[in-house]
Amino acid sequence: MLKSTIKAAAIAVAAALIAAAAPASAADKLKVGFVYVGPVGDLGYSYQHDVGRIALQKALNDKVETTFVENVPEGADAERVIAQLAQSGHGLIFTTSFGFMNPTLKVAQRFPKVKFEHATGYKRANNVATYSARFHEGRTVIGAIAGKMTKSGIIGYIASFPIPEVVSGINAFTLSLKKVRPDAQVRVVWVNSWYDPGKEAAAAKALIDQGADVLSQHTDSPAPIQAAEERGIYAFGQSSDMSKFGPKAHLTSIVDIWDGYYINRAQAVLDNKWKSEDTWGGLDSGMVVLSPYNPNLPKDVVAMADQIKNDLIAHKITSFDGPFKNRDGKEVIPAGQHLNDQQILTMNYFVEGVQGDLPK
Amino acid sequence: MPLDLRLEQRPQASAAWRYGAPLLAIAITLCAGAALFAVLGYPPAHSLKVFFIDPVSSVEGLAELALKATPLMLCAVGLSIGFRANVWNIGAEGQFVIGALAGGGLCLALQGDGGGWWLLPLMVVAGVLGGMAWAAIPAFLRTRFNANEILVSLMLTYVAVLLLQFLVHGPWKDPAGFNFPQSEMFAEGGLLPVLVEGTRLNLGTLVALAILGLAWAVLTRGLFGFQIRVIGQAPLAAAYAGFDQRRMIWASLLLSGALAGLAGVFEIAGPVGQLTPAIPQNYGFTAIIVAFLGRLHPVGILLGSLVIALSYLGGESAQILLRLPVAVAGVFQGMLLFFLLACDVLIRYRIRLGHSVRRAV
Repeated sequence: MLKSTIKAAAIAVAAALIAAAAPASAADKLKVGFVYVGPVGDLGYSYQHDVGRIALQKALNDKVETTFVENVPEGADAERVIAQLAQSGHGLIFTTSFGFMNPTLKVAQRFPKVKFEHATGYKRANNVATYSARFHEGRTVIGAIAGKMTKSGIIGYIASFPIPEVVSGINAFTLSLKKVRPDAQVRVVWVNSWYDPGKEAAAAKALIDQGADVLSQHTDSPAPIQAAEERGIYAFGQSSDMSKFGPKAHLTSIVDIWDGYYINRAQAVLDNKWKSEDTWGGLDSGMVVLSPYNPNLPKDVVAMADQIKNDLIAHKITSFDGPFKNRDGKEVIPAGQHLNDQQILTMNYFVEGVQGDLPK
Repeated sequence: MPLDLRLEQRPQASAAWRYGAPLLAIAITLCAGAALFAVLGYPPAHSLKVFFIDPVSSVEGLAELALKATPLMLCAVGLSIGFRANVWNIGAEGQFVIGALAGGGLCLALQGDGGGWWLLPLMVVAGVLGGMAWAAIPAFLRTRFNANEILVSLMLTYVAVLLLQFLVHGPWKDPAGFNFPQSEMFAEGGLLPVLVEGTRLNLGTLVALAILGLAWAVLTRGLFGFQIRVIGQAPLAAAYAGFDQRRMIWASLLLSGALAGLAGVFEIAGPVGQLTPAIPQNYGFTAIIVAFLGRLHPVGILLGSLVIALSYLGGESAQILLRLPVAVAGVFQGMLLFFLLACDVLIRYRIRLGHSVRRAV
């Protein structure tokens, strides 16, 4: 915690120095604001957005000025923060968590000239665009790796909220896992938080005690990786490269790369070409990337993972190719077809092989 | 011989300092804050201005301050009544959530064709009753089985939050919401009217201020206020005078529950406008701090809630304008409470160096 605080402070100080060193023409620059749900020191989701922000600052340093507000609760406070950014002259504002959707739209109505970008939501307006990444494609790759690496056939999955983004990740992972290891099962624990190292660690330990020997997570702290390292099992990281938290346990992480997107969108505003649209980039767009594999990963596993990754990039396969059944044994999609975007974005069921409740 | 430092109780705490201590604590916090900014390399005067003045230097800013302070003052004034009577309701957060659920659930059920003028008053009544019902559980268990109301009310908070999670993930989920855990947006009839165009300041703040005034009148003038004080400070004397302690437990828990529930329904009918998993924002817990910062007195609670609200707004302003980390807001809140407690100790005790004369007890 202390470390992450220091890191956050260091980033803030660095940002302030950059700002202080900027020439006097700062007023002419496009001010770009970012609203984060977690601390930038979470080393996961919010951190990765901030990496994107810093990349944007670097790439367009003489044309943009970036600001961020971290740890913003997804309630009534979010609207105030977003409005404050709009009021203080920000021309482009990225709100990076699902819970900021309605606040973003409300503020956007009050500031029609300001451009807003909301991550992972589904409501758009003339000045509100949406963007997200196909995180589930990364989960298709790691599901197959898990199938090769598990001995017990039990995979622990630490999940945040039962929203379609998370559910589709669990399903993509499980479908891919069962192709490699048909008898394997995925045990899901909900921690009802994006970032709660204590709860995540507790969930990890409970899953390991139930026999899980590979952990996957859809929460943002490295606590599960640390738990896996301690107990000598494998784990996958989330949002950023978490290898340093468990050099032996960490197999790879699904990394979100927002750098290119943020630079493009800011450039579009500068060029007066910004439009409200929906962006959903996958492995092919570079928005979702797998961090370097653990060097101890066997060669055949690496080859298989790369094959799946390349097939996804080339659109030879998708994460949800039929046939597969839901947990009640009902066929979701027949052979030869695959789910369309709409079906993925509204997913509210588990596929066969997932244990644990899907809160309804 | 090592230096002997001990605290000795003062025979009589100074009445002036009892009320002066919070102000002194705020002053010391400002000085320490200035020093902190200087050490971090930010100009202290400018930074303090950005933190404490800029957020409230516009109509919107003042409106936001009042909006943020409203749930704090409502919860805190309810809690203060119980705290005066030595009834420790720690679960205002849960009562807040149940109030929001009762009011919000009613709105979702009845807003079919937009709802009429009657929708909001009904929601408010439902919210108040919801908060009371949740607070009635610890009241019943305390008076019937002598169960500790601190533990019961605190643990019921987690039950309330899980109930909220269950409802917004399940039966009350917006059917057109892509399975995201949120209810539908409330119809116009279920929203509090905005007082100042272009801001989020709504009728709820006025109601909260009226309730503070009412509480002040009741606590300082009425027999009820007197009974509360006597029961809190001298339970035996109260029993001798024939004051019913059970009734007081019921009354203070129901009152604080009602006000927390009201705060909850104001929150969802005001700035939020729907039910989401993020409804609980620790107002019920922060209100405990506000109540003590305000010396359990309605005027103090008004000021305390504004100070705490300002520390949130200032923290955001410092992030946006100075690029300071969010932790600074937490540091300010922590310093304020630390200095307040330190001042309190020094009001009630004095520091003695060397040998102290042992007093006969």
